[in-house]
Amino acid sequence: MTGDIHALSGAYAVDALDDIERAQFERHLAECPACTSEVASLREASALLAETTTTTPSAELRERVLAGISTVRPLPPVVSPPAEPEATVVPLEPRRRRRIVTFLAAAAAAVVVGTGGVVWQQHSDQTSPTDQVIQAKDAERFTKTFPGGATATVYRSKQLHEAVVVTHDMPAAPSGHAYALWLQQGDVMKPAGVMPKGSDNEVLLHGDAASAGGVGITVEAAGEEPPTPQGDVVALFSFDT
Amino acid sequence: MDRLRPVADGAPSEEGAPGAPDHQPDLAQPDLVELLKSCGRGDESAFARLYDATSARVVGLALRVVRDRAQAEEVAQEAYLDIWKNSGRFDEALGSPLGWMLTIVHRKAVDRVRSAEAATRRDATYHHQNQPVEHDSTAEAATASLEARRVRQALGDLTQVQREALELAYFGGYTHTEVATMLELPVGTAKTRIRDGLIRLRDTMGVGS
Repeated sequence: MTGDIHALSGAYAVDALDDIERAQFERHLAECPACTSEVASLREASALLAETTTTTPSAELRERVLAGISTVRPLPPVVSPPAEPEATVVPLEPRRRRRIVTFLAAAAAAVVVGTGGVVWQQHSDQTSPTDQVIQAKDAERFTKTFPGGATATVYRSKQLHEAVVVTHDMPAAPSGHAYALWLQQGDVMKPAGVMPKGSDNEVLLHGDAASAGGVGITVEAAGEEPPTPQGDVVALFSFDT
Repeated sequence: MDRLRPVADGAPSEEGAPGAPDHQPDLAQPDLVELLKSCGRGDESAFARLYDATSARVVGLALRVVRDRAQAEEVAQEAYLDIWKNSGRFDEALGSPLGWMLTIVHRKAVDRVRSAEAATRRDATYHHQNQPVEHDSTAEAATASLEARRVRQALGDLTQVQREALELAYFGGYTHTEVATMLELPVGTAKTRIRDGLIRLRDTMGVGS
């Protein structure tokens, strides 16, 4: 797969990959400046195709769009990481990893999760990417039950290099916060995405789950994607058995 | 310029496009980078100007992919909300404003057709009957803009299989493996055709380099 993956740049640029391929290619993009630059240029080219399909939208759409944005604040820009004091929870030492810390915010306030550049997709497709992981022959399952009955389950398929977090009855994160997901690579927690709003979710994690030692869920300020966990740890799942 | 219908030379613009009182072709095309920056600071009037400058392309693309006007406008509305929210994060070093916006629109449109199809489980026969092969079939959408003509010309320079693969992927919203099946190409070659087609289009049009 690795020898061939560059060839997916064009299909990626026009959204012609299935979700598993897209996750794999995005992982590759993070490490391949050549593909990143090629995708950018091919997206410019693909956008030209829209020149051939212009149409006159309805006046109502203009009103709806302008009314719709007036209640929403633009997300803050992504700033270079400031020289903040070291995070208290990273890197996770093995001892700490074993002792599962639970913290669940009871606050039911609305959470605003910025989609940033990456949009999580949840398809009702019969072979959705999350289902592919959950139903994988080699899938491993790790469940955590929280006080109050909420559960979070991690499924990992080493073969697919993917992991999925499934939540049930999760209370909302505190106001202005969101649940962030992490993959533990060695002693470092790598960002693996953000949970969408809602108590029941299935989320495919970013990053190579095959090489990961575990999954972490923390509470982070909404709209920010810190490179390392800054907030409280909700749950840790160790893949070591 | 995309908002303009063809008007005979010298004809007065008797209707006056709503919301753009002093709209003029080409020269009046606002600086989208500046507009996005203003949007990022919460400037709603900048966003209105951004909308006016781009909505014909945005809705046109959504319509081409989802094929239903009501759904296309829903897709466009969602996309514009995303564009507003993320406007402060647009980085001109990584691409053009229009490229960035249309990427968001396209992704949402493709997601819409794919999830709709997963729901109704249409089969391959249906796909075959509905192959969008002609890239200028929607008469309503066809504009006489110079840019559109240049793009069509550039598309004409692609090989037939490159053009078909690219159009099925971009306008049809099909995955490269589906495209391979539809065009009876060996598995794994459609992605190469799509990439080759895009590269040729990019180089002919001189963008993104």
